Amino acid sequence: MTISIKKTASTIKLRKIPTGISGFDEITEGGLPKNRPTIVLGNTGCGKTVLSMEFLVKGATLYDEPGVFISFEESKEELLANMQSLHFGLASLIKKNKIYIEYLEIEKNQIIEAGSYDLEGLFVRLQNAIRYTGAKRVVLDSLDALFYGLDIRILRLEIKRLFKWLKEKKITALITSEIDNGFITKNGLEQYVADCVITLDNRVINQTTTRRLRIIKMRGSGHGINEYPFIIDENGISVLPLMSQLANQNFSATRISSGIKDLDGMLDGKGFFEGSSILVSGSAGTGKTSIAVSLINSTCKKGIPGLYCAFEESTSQITRNMRSIGINIEPFLKSGILKFYSSRPTIQNLELHLISIQKIIQEFKPKIIVLDPITNLMSEGINSEIRQMLANFVDFLKALNVTTLFTAAITLESIKLNSTDEGISAMMDTWILVRDIETNSERNRGIYVLKSRGMSHSTQVREFEITNHGIVLLPIYLTPGGILTGSAKLEHELNEERQDQLTRHGITAEKSEIERKRKIMEDSNALLKANFDSLAAELNRNALEKEINEKANRKNRDEIINLRNKQRGSTEKTNGKPK
Amino acid sequence: MMQIQKKRPGDKDPGGNGKKDIPKYILKLFVSGILQNSVRAIKNINEICEQHLKGNYNLEIIDIYQQPDLAIGEQIIVIPVMIIKYPLPERRIIGDLSDVKKVLEILNCK
Repeated sequence: MTISIKKTASTIKLRKIPTGISGFDEITEGGLPKNRPTIVLGNTGCGKTVLSMEFLVKGATLYDEPGVFISFEESKEELLANMQSLHFGLASLIKKNKIYIEYLEIEKNQIIEAGSYDLEGLFVRLQNAIRYTGAKRVVLDSLDALFYGLDIRILRLEIKRLFKWLKEKKITALITSEIDNGFITKNGLEQYVADCVITLDNRVINQTTTRRLRIIKMRGSGHGINEYPFIIDENGISVLPLMSQLANQNFSATRISSGIKDLDGMLDGKGFFEGSSILVSGSAGTGKTSIAVSLINSTCKKGIPGLYCAFEESTSQITRNMRSIGINIEPFLKSGILKFYSSRPTIQNLELHLISIQKIIQEFKPKIIVLDPITNLMSEGINSEIRQMLANFVDFLKALNVTTLFTAAITLESIKLNSTDEGISAMMDTWILVRDIETNSERNRGIYVLKSRGMSHSTQVREFEITNHGIVLLPIYLTPGGILTGSAKLEHELNEERQDQLTRHGITAEKSEIERKRKIMEDSNALLKANFDSLAAELNRNALEKEINEKANRKNRDEIINLRNKQRGSTEKTNGKPK
Repeated sequence: MMQIQKKRPGDKDPGGNGKKDIPKYILKLFVSGILQNSVRAIKNINEICEQHLKGNYNLEIIDIYQQPDLAIGEQIIVIPVMIIKYPLPERRIIGDLSDVKKVLEILNCK
């Protein structure tokens, strides 16, 4: 009982087979529905044939599943010639009977209808080819060619029968069709016949061809719903999966030095977070590249592999320029710890760059990536698309725990004008702004940390200099009027010194004045005392004199009295005697 | 081999009025024996030939399941299909040949 339930459950669940096409299995969450037909819609030249051929080639080479390619438009020879430029090894696969190509030619002009018919001829040939190769995968490219001039009612029934037949044969099939003039879309067949519908698109934006892939429908299964850019190169199709994997991300608490001691100081004293995205923005010539190279130079020294994507300068140019500021990255290039990807953005478009970079990342596995500058990539294509693509790319890098430093010619002013700029800055964990501070007809460089998620960063604007021994941040110079830089700062410094000297001088002068005053005070004190003393002495003498006089007087008077008294007695006695 | 061949050379025909060996009509009908349309087509072409091309045709009926190589060689997709090899130009009539009037028109017989 339980077994039967389990069996039902497993049959209900849609199984998938990997296509082996780079990035495709990621966005389809496993590949194409197993043993089911998938419709690939797209207009001429959008890559339907390449996609379906690669599906067979990868099936034959990677998964040992032989395939049959039924071509309605190109002969086997044409097809082989067209696929020559791709490294599919088609001829040898055909020789080994892993792939079988059959061309179904339709001579539309000479067909005359006389009664009802069916597509049994197609069935027979398909069956033969499948039996011949033991095919598990079948491609019908493109079905539309078949149906010009045939009865629509019959065809609808026959297509349904074909799809059912393929399912019964346990074949995973890819059926291609045009979008605009295609038989399938015209009749809405994709809506109910196929279990999976994929559209390919090839549009020209700003003279650049951009290819897009989208899963419209995948019965009973999850899939990426976005439009995914893809490229066709000599290895076939590469889809840029770039799924938002924020939920799966493990955020690291490890810190990475920026390579500039003082900048680390501004970032909590420890530098950037490992695996974070860093934006260094500022107008031209503010030293963004120097900051970027400082980071990668310091990580390379520690033996961490780094990738430098230069979109403005060539490798040798950067190497030369950096030598002038005392950073020599050549040994890292030689040892292979540092890789350069330099390309002019005009040569390829954004997704080509991103896919190429993604390929390098997957092979080289760098832990530090610099994209310098990202604004050059943004010059092409529609803003919203670029933002989406970059957001995806940032997420992709985060998922790999790769520390990424983007440089961009974004300023706070440009954000007001261009919403893309804001969008980009919003994706970043750390945003460092370098800016010119222009005063008194000179330009100085200021640096500040606008944001840095998860750390208490400095909010100060620091002046920095690019010296012949790297980037140096100057001491903070704040005045009530704001930050001072360059000669203004120097002038201010001189002014202050003068002031200082003056003040110091003033203080000494005052101090001596006090001394002098004290001296004066003390002097006058002494004088007063002297005066007082002399006065007191005089007064004392006077008083003494007076006392002496008084005493003398009293004595005299006493003596006179005594004398008189004596004389009175004697007079009585000496009355007769003349004096 | 489910190959049906019906040869009616002109010289064996009593009413052949001295014509050469080569029949006027060379027809190849590709069918898939199990399907309704094919069964009807075989019936229809036999009737047409008997009634209108009597003694003047070479009809080959080929089952594509029996001879898929022939089907590939002739680029057969739609079934049933009758290829008019002769008289030239080569033409193809698809369907169960139930539209007898149309078939006769193409075969150019009254």
